Amino acid sequence: MQKGIKRKDLLGLKELERGEIEIILETAFSMKEVLKRPIKKIPTLRGKTVCFMFFEPSTRTRSSFELAAKRLSADTINISGVGSALQKGESVLDTMLNINAMGIDAFVIRHASSGLPYFLARHTDTAVINAGDGMHEHPTQALLDMMTMKERFGKLEGLRVLIAGDIRHSRVARSNIYGLLKMSAEVRLFGPPPLVPKEFEQFGAEVLYDKKKALRNVDVIMGLRIQRERLLESFFPSIREYRKFFAITPQDIENLSKDVLIMHPGPVNWGVEMDYDIIKHKNNVILEQVTNGVAIRMSVLYHFISGEKLDEEHLN
Amino acid sequence: MKSILIKNAKILDFDKKKEVIQDVLIEGDKIKDVSQGITITDAKVIDIKGLYLFPGFIDAHAHFREPGEEYKEDIASGARAALHGGVTTVFAMPNTKPPLDSRAMIEFVKERSLKANYADVLPVGAITKKREGKEIAEMGDMREGGAIAFSDDGTWVQNSSVMRRALEYSIAFRTVVISHAEDTTFSHGVVHESFISYDRGVEGYPSQKEEIAVFRDVKLAELTGGRLHIAHLSSKGSYEIIKMAKKRGINVSSEVTPHHLLLAQEEIDLFNPLYKVNPPIRTKEHRDALLEGLRDGTIDIIATDHAPHNWYEKETDVNSAPFGMISLDFYFSLLYSELVRKGKLSLFDLVSATTYKPAEIFGLSDRGVIKKGYIADLVVFDPQREYVLTEDFIRSKSKNTPFLGQRIRGCVVYVIKRGKLFKIEEI
Repeated sequence: MQKGIKRKDLLGLKELERGEIEIILETAFSMKEVLKRPIKKIPTLRGKTVCFMFFEPSTRTRSSFELAAKRLSADTINISGVGSALQKGESVLDTMLNINAMGIDAFVIRHASSGLPYFLARHTDTAVINAGDGMHEHPTQALLDMMTMKERFGKLEGLRVLIAGDIRHSRVARSNIYGLLKMSAEVRLFGPPPLVPKEFEQFGAEVLYDKKKALRNVDVIMGLRIQRERLLESFFPSIREYRKFFAITPQDIENLSKDVLIMHPGPVNWGVEMDYDIIKHKNNVILEQVTNGVAIRMSVLYHFISGEKLDEEHLN
Repeated sequence: MKSILIKNAKILDFDKKKEVIQDVLIEGDKIKDVSQGITITDAKVIDIKGLYLFPGFIDAHAHFREPGEEYKEDIASGARAALHGGVTTVFAMPNTKPPLDSRAMIEFVKERSLKANYADVLPVGAITKKREGKEIAEMGDMREGGAIAFSDDGTWVQNSSVMRRALEYSIAFRTVVISHAEDTTFSHGVVHESFISYDRGVEGYPSQKEEIAVFRDVKLAELTGGRLHIAHLSSKGSYEIIKMAKKRGINVSSEVTPHHLLLAQEEIDLFNPLYKVNPPIRTKEHRDALLEGLRDGTIDIIATDHAPHNWYEKETDVNSAPFGMISLDFYFSLLYSELVRKGKLSLFDLVSATTYKPAEIFGLSDRGVIKKGYIADLVVFDPQREYVLTEDFIRSKSKNTPFLGQRIRGCVVYVIKRGKLFKIEEI
């Protein structure tokens, strides 16, 4: 049997090879077919158990992962910071090792601390899937973003992708930068300088502070959430001023010479990083991204639990 | 106590900048004679042909956690780890719980040190009451009680007036004010800010956090004439400021840690908490400047900033783990192995930065050199003997060092503390 993925864990797109990204995307398109069936369930991961450890609030990612596991017939359990032994002072490592001893095939982990999934992954032979660690990476989000772009454009090579908003604190931005550059797309970053440090050029992305220049000839605009709590640290003076200079407006999109895809990983602060009216724009694929999220996570769970390349009969 | 005669010792002659072979006679706790061909019948004779004899090392910066966190380290275990590494005099920083901010606390550390009877542990008193940076502590009384210097280590004295008064006041008691120079209002994080920190998504703080503070303190030293010492220099910019200050005749000295001389952010795993120290490991550019500073005399001394933490406190993610690493047990041999052997630092620079220079800065006039009349604090060092750094080797209660597993060439083999001879294995 041919091995599809070369590693135990999905920790970030920095580590993943282009070929591995291609395999995950390919499988995800097959999984999306399954999701269109009247009975949206296949027995592929029957008898396998996935444990979700979400130590940060999450709506989309958590339910998306959980649905993905269930669509593949895996059993699931949930551990969170609240209502677990973590409240009694148990360490995250101890919690994981104890749950692992019950027989787990994959851990899906979200945590506010960058690198925590790396730390846990070193202590277990079980697959660890990063569902977002601090400001570091959110690989499945970037994979579903790339899937959505590929679906619309048929390819990723040569696409000009603008990521706008709070780049500095964003794990979504980092994973997309790594993933898109590996797939030979161009990445531009736009926002107020304190939220888009010049250092990001060293990733191989272009850093721009002028909206007009940033939008020139783009194929995709991806907005990122502006965290209002950042205001306290004076990364920018006010929401009002942010909107004036940095929000993407329907007028901006109107002025472009070609059609662009409008994306956002959610949750959206409508009226901050993106204007309210964009919600109605025909090229807004924000909900399509969410749908693709389930397919991508089915693909990821499948590959990292079974370790095999997808065979057509696995879809029955 | 029987006299000890050390034969054929290789000694560094700092005046002539050359190695000389001498015999050293120790009587009681003092060096009685240093010359060639000493013969005496009633003495324990040790022939150390081919080995170095150094003054016992003086480490001006360690954390011994007593009182308050004795599970990490206590004064006895810290003093033992020190002696095991060839350190015969070590300064204990005052950020204990409660802090060393009164004479009673200073005397407590002295008493514990005396009882432990390994390295001399000299307490550093807090600059301000409770280390809060608001009012200066009773420096005079602490000095009289045995405080070697003053520092609010762990935090900067943010208020410029308070720091100014502390520097002025210290003059009356002929002591040194040590600054943990970091602008506390500026950029919070857990690692050095750089592309690497952005890449890993770990919040960083730039070297300017330190440099801003170093510059202010240098200016206050200029204003007051107080004796300022900057702790754990970690950046190129700080090096440049100190260099400028010294050129202008400002009364300032500085130290660098072994880890800032050896490690660079490009070469470490940023997620590994064993590398998490404050100030942080910065990039190669900074490390190279610190080495240069040591060579050109801008940076005066090497101090460990030995910061013990229990293993489970470091076995977590980089954000939750505490700052600090240990090194008292092995830093001299590690530096010898990695810097002197590789031609990056001369043996003279390494030994002066760990012996007579700290003695000079802090006014320890009875130690730090191998001369008649000085305290017999000595180290016998075998430049050829190899060892692998293991947890068993370390006498500190804590083992938090990223250098575990490192092969080190050069080893302390004997330590003489106030005329008492210890074999390294017996410490």
